[in-house]
Amino acid sequence: MKHNIEMNKIERSLLKGREYIGAQKIEGPLVYMRNTHAVGYGELVEVSDKDGKTRTGQVLDTSSDVVVVQLFEGTDGLSIPSTRMRFMGEPFNLPVSKGMLGRVMNGLGRPRDASSLPAGEDSMNINGLPINPTAREYPQDFIQTGVSVIDGLTTLIQGQKLPIFSGNGLPHNQLAAQIARQAKVLSQDSDFSIVFAAMGVKYDVARFFIDSFESSGVLDNVAFFLSLADDPSIERTITPRSALTLAEHLAFTHDKQVLVIMTDMTNYCESLREISTLRGEIPSRKGYPGYLYSNLAELYERSGKLLGHGGSITQLPILTMPNDDISHPIPDLTGYITEGQIVFDREMYSRGIYPPINGLPSLSRLMKDGIGDGMTRKDHPHLANQLFASYSHVKDVRNLASVIGEEELTTLDHQYLDFGAKFENEFVYQRFDENRSIEQTLDLGWEALKTLPAEELQRVSEDELKEFYGG
Amino acid sequence: MPEKIIGQVQRVNGPVITVDNVTDASMMDLVYVGEDHLIGELVKLDGTSATVQVYEDTTGLCPFENVYGTSLPLSVELGPGLIGSIYDGIQRPLSRLREICGDTIAKGVVSKALDRTKKWEFTPVVAVSDTVHPGSVIGTVQETSRILHRILVPLTLGDLKDQFTVVSISDIAEYSVDETVCVVEDDEGERHSLTLMHSWSIRKPRKVKERKPLSIPLITGQRVIDMLFPLAKGGTVAIPGGFGTGKTMTQHAIASWCDADIIVYIGCGERGNEMTDVLREFPKLIDPYTGKSLMERTILIANTSNMPVSAREASIYTGITLAEYYRDQGYHVAVMADSTSRWAEALRELSGRMEEMPAEEGFPAYLPTRIAEFYERAGRMETLSAMEGSVSIIGAVSPPGGDFSEPVTQHTKRFVRCFWGLDRSLASSRHYPAISWLDSYSEYVDEVAPWWEQKGEGNWKSARQEIMNLLQKEVRLQQIVKLVGPDALPDSQNFILEVCSMFKTAFLQQNAFDDIDKYSSIEKQLGMLNVILTYWKVGSAAIEKGLPIVRVKRMKVTQEIARMRFSISDDNLEELDKITVRLERQISRLGEMYEA
Repeated sequence: MKHNIEMNKIERSLLKGREYIGAQKIEGPLVYMRNTHAVGYGELVEVSDKDGKTRTGQVLDTSSDVVVVQLFEGTDGLSIPSTRMRFMGEPFNLPVSKGMLGRVMNGLGRPRDASSLPAGEDSMNINGLPINPTAREYPQDFIQTGVSVIDGLTTLIQGQKLPIFSGNGLPHNQLAAQIARQAKVLSQDSDFSIVFAAMGVKYDVARFFIDSFESSGVLDNVAFFLSLADDPSIERTITPRSALTLAEHLAFTHDKQVLVIMTDMTNYCESLREISTLRGEIPSRKGYPGYLYSNLAELYERSGKLLGHGGSITQLPILTMPNDDISHPIPDLTGYITEGQIVFDREMYSRGIYPPINGLPSLSRLMKDGIGDGMTRKDHPHLANQLFASYSHVKDVRNLASVIGEEELTTLDHQYLDFGAKFENEFVYQRFDENRSIEQTLDLGWEALKTLPAEELQRVSEDELKEFYGG
Repeated sequence: MPEKIIGQVQRVNGPVITVDNVTDASMMDLVYVGEDHLIGELVKLDGTSATVQVYEDTTGLCPFENVYGTSLPLSVELGPGLIGSIYDGIQRPLSRLREICGDTIAKGVVSKALDRTKKWEFTPVVAVSDTVHPGSVIGTVQETSRILHRILVPLTLGDLKDQFTVVSISDIAEYSVDETVCVVEDDEGERHSLTLMHSWSIRKPRKVKERKPLSIPLITGQRVIDMLFPLAKGGTVAIPGGFGTGKTMTQHAIASWCDADIIVYIGCGERGNEMTDVLREFPKLIDPYTGKSLMERTILIANTSNMPVSAREASIYTGITLAEYYRDQGYHVAVMADSTSRWAEALRELSGRMEEMPAEEGFPAYLPTRIAEFYERAGRMETLSAMEGSVSIIGAVSPPGGDFSEPVTQHTKRFVRCFWGLDRSLASSRHYPAISWLDSYSEYVDEVAPWWEQKGEGNWKSARQEIMNLLQKEVRLQQIVKLVGPDALPDSQNFILEVCSMFKTAFLQQNAFDDIDKYSSIEKQLGMLNVILTYWKVGSAAIEKGLPIVRVKRMKVTQEIARMRFSISDDNLEELDKITVRLERQISRLGEMYEA
């Protein structure tokens, strides 16, 4: 058992790529193997069955007697005696290149069509490395999405991670496509490159995005990593990592502005739960593993800007809240990591409002430094604050009206109801193909506020009242 | 450091590894794992096998690799150069790491916490043949323009009762942190060389002479805190709140404007950009008490959510140890721990990997003990060198789903004496800081009241009580309003709603981005509170006499009250008195008109 350093090194290089035949146990996506050489934690593994079909896996647990490997492409057709396993002696690396833009790949970054990918410019570990906080550049460049409620109230900033909290049947895909199509940094000319990661979504959802990018003529600037609903669920755990690895390459090697859309994070978390349960780990809330927070953070924190690099990674993860419950572990932990959230409201959607974004629980943590004079317009911070305050009062008035009846309300309360209607129907509501400039958005906000008397507007300054509210 | 092989890796499961053939090791020893020398800590011994938690990513680590022991506990370096630095959870200097390995943090990178090349000017305060004991000051170093770093005889040498004689001491001269400046001799004649720095185990509280009562408030410049729910110097407080309720904003505001001498800000499992924000903002911000840059009193510990989970567990202890060190030099230190829930989750994750039996929601059964141990390291102390210092802990808690009944919030509540509950509905209507006046409490109110009296601000406690009573009444009235509408209430009760609503918008809300509003001196806070109480007194008296409430609300002066937090700066507080005068005059004029 005594191994000295030199021996170890030599042994490892000799044993690299050695193949073993016969598994000890196969359970779901996990394969247990006994009597191997010393295998590294997180090492890449190639597994083939009796027909010679190979699949990729990763070491999940290693010890002197047994190694646990998780297979990303399923274990169908593997048998105990005929399973061949080759340990590659290196972590899971993805060959990345600019040529991946315009291509459709699976969750492991292999082409989904017949033709092969261009040669990688670099090979990067898909888990990435934590960014040193001192190397980060604080994001503060305003992205105009052309969607009023986002630009006005939950402003998206270049390098931000801003998830969409949606529910089943709500138009989150439309909104994500609209943002991808319209997003623009006013101070820069360069367009966004888009990296799209689909985890467990249906084929038609993927089709919708492909068509939508095609019709706006940006398809050549989009890299798709698709792991669809009928692909092995385990592949979903690797899909966002592949996508973010390419995003990092594009942003920090090629200085590109990258927008990463990841849908649906709920499916990703469910795959994690599946593996965790199989391994008999101690669950925390709702059966999700205790490390769900750290695991999600490893994805979401791979966004932002670095000092001395021109590129940026902006993340737009989409998740469907199970049963529309924002306190469910997935949206809850996500909200603790991301820099804000855009929350959809089923009730608004059923009233025909698109995008059905409920402004009150929605939030952009980075907007404070990206709006105002010289960035959007000087009245923006106070106006946003005022819209929030007034709209939150609308909710109180509506509750009151539902108890005592609209007739009993005071004149001021009626004005609030009018404001609420105008705000939702003119400021929030817009068409799927409507691209509003930030000036239009802010002017619409003032229009809505004009239904309220000036005394009620205490969050805006007197000068702003004079200039924008008018007499 | 002398290293020897203590065993071989047997199993790797994420950050937790099992070591075989362990011969000579003790619990909580610092170890280096594998040929990459990953830093780890020995947390369990069982026969010849041991469990190690590794502070770095273990990808690529193989069974049979060697584990090296140091026979030392996980320690931090204490000495000049800490202030203004940013460290990770195990005190590796992040700016130095960036020079070594670039934008990302690679594995197995080691760098000393204190810069060995920098020279500090040392001024002795003891002379040859003086008697000193551990904790005595032997000299000083001007660390930043506002912090005089007192060089202490290391506590590792012994206790207060252990006497040492100074054999030699340097004159005023420049030294790097590891050069000898003083030699002392113990009663057995053994000599010890003292440098500007020493090490201390992070899990062991530093010794003090005695604890003192917590009778001085920590002034934060945040009105809802200083006036309603004060924190004492040396006190402990928890700030629980769901995501987006403003925990971090509140922590930043306190770190910026509180009157502590030193801030230790621990970003424990939080966002990378938040630490970048602090790094970017603090050097620019000017402390209202000394006029110096805030970075000159701040130490940052950044273990962001994507950095290794076991270092997150250690980061809390690293932070509090640095805080205790400056307390021992006679400073008031405030520790911001953001967030303790992430630390508890790190405990849970490691406990799960060690296959320990879980208690509530998967947390280990020793969670409450660990929380208690942490918060007990706070306090106002008489130090071994007979100075006074304090460590206050402001711990953010991130309850899942914003539900305060979860284990971390509940256990934390048992060990802190002040509670600032953040309320989601306040945050949604952008009422910041979203500290709920109904859930929050402070046990320090009675203890700090004498301090306010001595300041000549005798009515602090009674004014506070008066407004708290009004807020309580308002809750009951709001319930009625929800059922029948405000018009059903008599004017006298409607006026309570009006005063409370004024108090909330004009006083409790505080805009952290407004140049004037972000910080209020205690004089301004009391002045503003008195204006609102005057509004209540004269208004309700007039309404009693039959003046309709609409007339009171429409007075011009009410607009001035609503905007006073923005319009009146700390330099012209006499404006507050003028508002009071105008308020009284306008009401009495209205009263006369109405009677006539």
